[in-house]
Amino acid sequence: MKIKKLDSFMQGVFLISALISVMAIILIGIFVFGGGIPFIAEYGLSNFLLGEKWTPSNTPAAFGILPMIIGSVTVTLGAIVIGVPVGVLTAVFMAEFCPTKLYKVLKPAVNLMAAIPSIVYGFFALQLIVPFMRRLFGGTGMNMLTVILLLGIMILPTIIGMSESAIRAVPKSYYSGSLALGASHERSIMKVSLPAAKSGVLSSVILGIGRAIGETMAVVLVAGNQPRIPDSLTQGVRTLTTNIVLEMSYATGQHREALIATAVVLFGFILVINGIFLLIKRKEAIR
Amino acid sequence: MSRNYIKGLVYFSALITFGSLFFIISFILIKGLPHLTPALFSFHYTTTNVSLLPALLTTFMVVGLTLIIATPIGVFTGFYLIEYAEKNNKGVELIRIATDTLAAIPSIVYGLFGMLFFVTFLRFQYSLLAGVLTAVIMVLPLIIRATEESLLSVKDSLRQASFSLGAGKLRTIFKIVLPVAMPGILSGVILASGRVVGETAALMYTMGTSTNLPDSLFSSGRTLALHMYVLSSEGQHVNESYATGVVLILTVLIINALSTYLSSRLTKETTK
Repeated sequence: MKIKKLDSFMQGVFLISALISVMAIILIGIFVFGGGIPFIAEYGLSNFLLGEKWTPSNTPAAFGILPMIIGSVTVTLGAIVIGVPVGVLTAVFMAEFCPTKLYKVLKPAVNLMAAIPSIVYGFFALQLIVPFMRRLFGGTGMNMLTVILLLGIMILPTIIGMSESAIRAVPKSYYSGSLALGASHERSIMKVSLPAAKSGVLSSVILGIGRAIGETMAVVLVAGNQPRIPDSLTQGVRTLTTNIVLEMSYATGQHREALIATAVVLFGFILVINGIFLLIKRKEAIR
Repeated sequence: MSRNYIKGLVYFSALITFGSLFFIISFILIKGLPHLTPALFSFHYTTTNVSLLPALLTTFMVVGLTLIIATPIGVFTGFYLIEYAEKNNKGVELIRIATDTLAAIPSIVYGLFGMLFFVTFLRFQYSLLAGVLTAVIMVLPLIIRATEESLLSVKDSLRQASFSLGAGKLRTIFKIVLPVAMPGILSGVILASGRVVGETAALMYTMGTSTNLPDSLFSSGRTLALHMYVLSSEGQHVNESYATGVVLILTVLIINALSTYLSSRLTKETTK
């Protein structure tokens, strides 16, 4: 009898533990959305999202985050343009070309790449990519290209890890079938294995987008952080994430609410990205 | 596309990836190691000697406390999801969506939430406690996922054998399933500690950036990553930033090696 009681007691404990995640997400929703949405309602959604001026210290203050939305989207797209081909092809290398002995070294290397703190990446970019850009294009060297290059490197491990397992999950018979039809090793991989792994590769890209758009501390060091709509890649940029981190320490009143509202917009982006990711995963599971 | 062309592209991409990793690490090591002086490990931080020891010790404190709280919650959640809950249960679906969403939230949003909830609403001020609790929520999905995966890799025949010998559910979980799944769970927990070590954005507005070693749960402090951020954004102590980077990379390297070793042990044991 006693054991039975303990059994159901512990089941309760397990259930409560499981509900903590749900509670956390609800609390995050309440506090972030609750802090930001009243401001958006008061300031006007279109004024906020499409406003081109961010001048919190002027009177009257302007809180338009269009420059930051454009900044975030542009650097994320740029990072994808660099990171996806390199990452996916590296995944092909890991899954199909890499000798076993070398793989034992390179697999942990990819994991290490994912684990290096973003501040280290940012510092590296600040010390090396920024001076390089300064010499190349003049100015401070803190521009969108710097950020794109940095983020392109930072999303590599995310893309490689998931794409590799997707490629490995393709049945070997596809590949051997292609070989039997006379295609070469390389052609079989590119035309048969990789297309078959399409949805896994796509998921990895979406995770990469999430990582790039959410990155903060590495970007803030090298982006220049000017809140204006950049008209070329060699200009400085401010993203949604860095807007929050730069001004949160001293913001009060409406300014503070505007920063929380920036987080709401960022959260919205992440929810959409994550929704697409889950949709792909579910579609895959059904197949 | 010709064979050689494809092959060349694939090799070239791998070269870029591992080349840049190698380059970043050796760049920080070469620039940082000469500045890793004993003075940087002095117990007191001053503006002239930006010692990293207080930050290093604070990092250990934050990681330790976070894991003490997050590990049981995460592992128990895994138990519930895999061992107890019926599949296709609506509640399970809800918990899955919650953990998936938690995993996707950027750390700056965690930082903002921690500031609004722990620091302001619960009046913890900038404190170790607020930072730790924020980090707990952040690493929960990592630990839950690692636990789920390791529990799934334990064969059902083991459970059935235990039941047929008369053991109850709880006993089966703790005495039979958990020992087999342990390396995988541990490897997830260690990865979680790596995430905390590297975290900056979520801790900046919850722990503050005080240079002192926190003497209670309610005092402010900075972890090593935060320390490095403050140093590099001020731009006054570039050499010390490099040295701090070296310590950070070495810490992460050790953490990763441990985690890799443990997960390789798991695969060995389950395929035996």
